[in-house]
Amino acid sequence: MTDDTALILMIVLPFAGSLAAIILPTNARNAAAILAGAVAFICLVLAVMFYPSVLDRGVVRSDIEWLPTLGLDFTLRMDGFAWLFAMLISGIGLLVVIYARYYMAPEDPVPRFFAFFLAFMGSILGVVISGNLILLVVFWELTSIFSFLLIGYWHHNASARDGARMALTITGIGGLGLLAGFLLIGHVIGSYDLDRVLASGDLIRSHDLYVPILVLVLLGALTKSAQFPFHFWLPNAMAAPTPVSAYLHSATMVKAGVFLLARLWPVLAGTYEWFWIVGFAGMMSFVLGAYNAIFQRDIKGLLACSTISHLGLITLLLSLGSPLGAVAAIFHMMNHATFKASLFMAAGIIDHETGTRDMQRLGGLFRFMPYTATLAMVASAAMAGIPLLNGFLSKEMFFAEAIETHADSILDTAAPYAAVLGSAFAVAYSVRFIHSVFFGSLPADLPREPHEPPFFMRFPIQLLVLACLLVGIVPGLTIGPFLHTAVTSLLGPATPQYSLAVWHGFTIPLFMSVLALAGGAILYLLLKDYLARCEDGPPYFRRLRSQRVFERVVVAVSWRGARFMESRLGTRRLQPQLRLLVVVAFIAAAWPLYRLGFDPGRLTVQGVDVTFAGIWAIGVVCALGAAWQAKFHRLFALILLGGAGLVTCITFDWFSAPDLALTQLLVEVVTTVLILLGLRWLPKRSADVTSGLATTGARLRRYRDLAMAVACGTGMTIIAYGVMTRTPPETIADFFLKKAYSEGGGKNVVNVILVDFRGFDTFGEITVLGIVALTVFALLRRFRPAPDNVESPEQQRVQGAFDEARPDREAGDTVSDYLLIPAVIMQWLFPVIIVFAAYLFMRGHDLPGGGFVAGIALAAAFILQYLAAGTRWVEDRLRVLPVNWIGFGLLLAALVGAGSWLFGYPFLTSYSRYVELPLIGSVPAATATLFDLGVFSLVLGATVLMLVALAHQSIRRLRASRIAAQGNEEIA
Amino acid sequence: MELVLAIGIGVLTGSGVWLLLRPRTFQVIIGLSLIGYGVNLFIFSMGRLRVNTPPVLQSGALVNPADYADPIPQALVLTAIVIGFATTALFLVVLLVSRGLTGSDHVDGREPN
Repeated sequence: MTDDTALILMIVLPFAGSLAAIILPTNARNAAAILAGAVAFICLVLAVMFYPSVLDRGVVRSDIEWLPTLGLDFTLRMDGFAWLFAMLISGIGLLVVIYARYYMAPEDPVPRFFAFFLAFMGSILGVVISGNLILLVVFWELTSIFSFLLIGYWHHNASARDGARMALTITGIGGLGLLAGFLLIGHVIGSYDLDRVLASGDLIRSHDLYVPILVLVLLGALTKSAQFPFHFWLPNAMAAPTPVSAYLHSATMVKAGVFLLARLWPVLAGTYEWFWIVGFAGMMSFVLGAYNAIFQRDIKGLLACSTISHLGLITLLLSLGSPLGAVAAIFHMMNHATFKASLFMAAGIIDHETGTRDMQRLGGLFRFMPYTATLAMVASAAMAGIPLLNGFLSKEMFFAEAIETHADSILDTAAPYAAVLGSAFAVAYSVRFIHSVFFGSLPADLPREPHEPPFFMRFPIQLLVLACLLVGIVPGLTIGPFLHTAVTSLLGPATPQYSLAVWHGFTIPLFMSVLALAGGAILYLLLKDYLARCEDGPPYFRRLRSQRVFERVVVAVSWRGARFMESRLGTRRLQPQLRLLVVVAFIAAAWPLYRLGFDPGRLTVQGVDVTFAGIWAIGVVCALGAAWQAKFHRLFALILLGGAGLVTCITFDWFSAPDLALTQLLVEVVTTVLILLGLRWLPKRSADVTSGLATTGARLRRYRDLAMAVACGTGMTIIAYGVMTRTPPETIADFFLKKAYSEGGGKNVVNVILVDFRGFDTFGEITVLGIVALTVFALLRRFRPAPDNVESPEQQRVQGAFDEARPDREAGDTVSDYLLIPAVIMQWLFPVIIVFAAYLFMRGHDLPGGGFVAGIALAAAFILQYLAAGTRWVEDRLRVLPVNWIGFGLLLAALVGAGSWLFGYPFLTSYSRYVELPLIGSVPAATATLFDLGVFSLVLGATVLMLVALAHQSIRRLRASRIAAQGNEEIA
Repeated sequence: MELVLAIGIGVLTGSGVWLLLRPRTFQVIIGLSLIGYGVNLFIFSMGRLRVNTPPVLQSGALVNPADYADPIPQALVLTAIVIGFATTALFLVVLLVSRGLTGSDHVDGREPN
């Protein structure tokens, strides 16, 4: 297997496993655990296999182009530093899977848990081995989302939901900041590639945008690592199942923040701003986290606060800008992951076996679970920094760094004191944890009888504690080489000399360690009685809870703010929205004129054709009349609208656009018929009904709308006139004109553009047309008329009454006699129009015509038959299948387009030649004609479908009322 | 000629905007149609006004583009006319269904208080 594939596999496998787990049955506990374990194990093996490649600053890359124009490639990149994290993630992942198998209750939907778990593992591996900043953010956000799902796994639990939401909100906001920061980095150096970013440190640090970049990236990193002032989400995330905490909140999720700080350390660190922001956040988190941890009652709460504190220590080390600090930081990342994961697992065991995690209720468990207790004690000792354990080593390095001077400031002066103070707190909470849980008297009211957990639940802890011990005793033989690989890959030539030895002689750091140990022990002794009965939370800071601030902000923004904005700015009424639209459109059009000036060209009445002006005088009257009458005289307004349409049509023909004139004319006919069919379902309206409406307010509104209408109309006149009186620039029109015949094989350039040059646009357009027709059809299938429209129209009632009054006439005679002569003519016209449509279609490529026009013409032929003889008469004699025609048209157009693939050309490449047909003569036979046939069929189908669906409503209504009448008779 | 057409476009658009802002659905549909005419003519006029020069080639060989009107706005408007028809039909049906469901032909689906 190549390194390339292995890298991709490391990302793909967890996600594939996640998908597989989600389809397992809900109770497939073992299968899901085995699947997750296997995936974690394979990832671990893959990671191990990479070790030779990443030695001595080796880098493995895998590049897949994704969106190269945006600088976004799917680049995976593994170096020594990423390798160390990949090992940590897959190794601890495997242990947590084993642990979770025994921790999760049978009634929980365990496969879902492992599905989220694996997806999270894939995401965090992605963060670690991304070689492109944008890709990194994508994985980064994925970790936020899957952490949300994992924290909220027990979603029936309110605190789990709240904790999950808070974690997502905080880390999500941070992720957005990170994205913005990375975009700025990309802007500065012109690439998102990690290798190029790492090589551009000087450029970025000296750039004007350095501070914004720094702040945004830190926003991402500090929120993720739960650093002050964003630390509060982590204790709330403790509502998660304990395996989640063991994985996310010790080794992976929260480590992503400090991972990023270290990853970008060569690029961003070393400036005064970096030192201050990172250092301050780190120091505050370190001291306050440790202080808070002492006063937690919940074991997991204690561990969460301790995590904040330890991550603060790492952040503080990274802030110093010294290579030795970075070494210590990386070392502590590993150490913290091992002891904290094991402690979380131990806390889970205690919870599992006793039913509580409240340290005031627990005690004396050493007798019942000596093995677990011993393991927890060793891990706690590592957490407290006791010699011969791994925590001691990195803490010693931390002390050594704290006493050095890095940037002369208060922060630097305070560092050694803060270090000792925080470490003393760490000792105090570690002792408290051990003492209050495992020693003292056993309380009587425990929910369950405690006992040792199953072997495999303890097994992961044993391994981790063993690691703590080995690293603590013989660091050079265990972690040493791997740490060296990671450090050199990150720091390169700047890698300092460092020693991992346990004993450095009597040094100041050792003295500080002793001081912290003694101080912590004394502090615990002093606080012991208080801690046994105090309420939850630290004294003095109990009321100051960032969590509450967060909740207030959330409520203010998402509820009060939203409601305020909606009530002030929002409306559910259509008119204000349309008005806003008109205003925006007006400003958008007027703004450039205002800014760039406007030269109206020559104003001349010369050359105005009197006929043309007369036609437009009619057009103007029609438009104004339609606007005037549309409220009370719908039919009249519709006729006037048709008049305006005809004037438009004449204008097209006048100015050399025969195709448009033809299409406009036919569309006009069909539109008018359609609206006429609709008129019947609208409410009656007469002028006197609304006379009460003419209040002052209504009148003012009308004046305002009138002013807007006049402004828009005037604006359009000015712009149109301005453009028309200017000489046109060079356009691509020349290209189309020149190539229409030689390449498109047609003389009607408009048609060639539609079916050949821009065939794909037309394809999209007819698709839209088909969708609209089907939507109309679907809407009308469930159509229910308003009660006052159910009766027959007045005219039909009069005609019906006339028939009933005459004994020699049957009911319905008058209706069918109505317009008898025109009806006969219309029926006779049917074949004529069919031939006309065919003619329009055939000539389309060379002369005005084409599929659109022919389709609408034929649709008009159909609708004339409906008008002449009635729906039933037509449908008894003709098979009208508009839906099939739509399908056929779309399919034909698509097949013609795809046909060009067979010949190795792109979609919709056309081929043309002339064919001699007997009797008819020379006929153009371009594939574009076939495409046009598809257009024709679809337009015909869509138009007929819409018209017929609307026409059918009258029959449906009659049928419905007849059924209702029969029902009444039966009852009578 | 340009002035006449420009005024025509302005009147069509203005009438359309007026109707667009009215409360009754039928007014809005007529208004949209009027705006449609105005906008189609506007786009069409971007190719400048030429008389008796339709973009239908006389012969296949040696085309002089100056002899023909601009075909691009025409192609655009041709599709715009058809799509305009489709949206008018859709809007008509939506307003009918809304009228059937709510009993009102006000654009908000209920009579103003």
